[in-house]
Amino acid sequence: MKIRYFAWVRERIGRAEEEIALPDEVRTVAGLVSFLKTQGPEYETAFAREGVVRAAIDRVHVKPDAVISSAKEIAFFPPMTGG
Amino acid sequence: MAVRLQTERFETGAEIVRLTSGRTDVGAAVSFTGLCRADGETGTISAMELEHFPGMAEEELSRLEAEARKRWPLLDILIVHRYGRLVPGDEIVLVVTLSAHRQAAFEAANFVMDALKTSAPFWKKEERADGTSWVEAKDSDERARNRW
Repeated sequence: MKIRYFAWVRERIGRAEEEIALPDEVRTVAGLVSFLKTQGPEYETAFAREGVVRAAIDRVHVKPDAVISSAKEIAFFPPMTGG
Repeated sequence: MAVRLQTERFETGAEIVRLTSGRTDVGAAVSFTGLCRADGETGTISAMELEHFPGMAEEELSRLEAEARKRWPLLDILIVHRYGRLVPGDEIVLVVTLSAHRQAAFEAANFVMDALKTSAPFWKKEERADGTSWVEAKDSDERARNRW
């Protein structure tokens, strides 16, 4: 699974994207966040504030309960501040 | 598709002239130009780095354009958003809406800006003399989005 990070999520994790082999039990965005938080302190820091980090599956905004099984790419980022 | 992402500056007046030139059906052209202020969200700033999610940013703005066209009788709409390094005085974003009458053009431009703030994947990092900080999203932006 290709995972991408933007803005301060990218800075805290220390990379813009990576390929991660996910265990079968990781089925939703929330499950993926829980799994990533076990991968190191940089992930724990990035996802520390519950519910702050947003997600997109294949470039479409999704909620934490979204199923990720058919996703090509999942992106994590802070709330948007454009405009 | 009337959505553009670019690093270059743009001229609001020139964009409106280009959109309306040769047309006789336009009764209202409303534009909003967002500018980079020196008095930033985190203090006095020297510059701002505007990060975006390539691909998703265009798609999200196109979705907003389609929604605006569905909700109001627009003759045309243009959304331009810059990314990269901007300095105070620089343009950040432009929304132009054209319609036969002003109310649709005003409302559609207002809607696009409110929706863009909370859904288009752009993030601002401000540069000050004492360091850099990411701009935090405002709850008021979420409330503004929800009124539509």
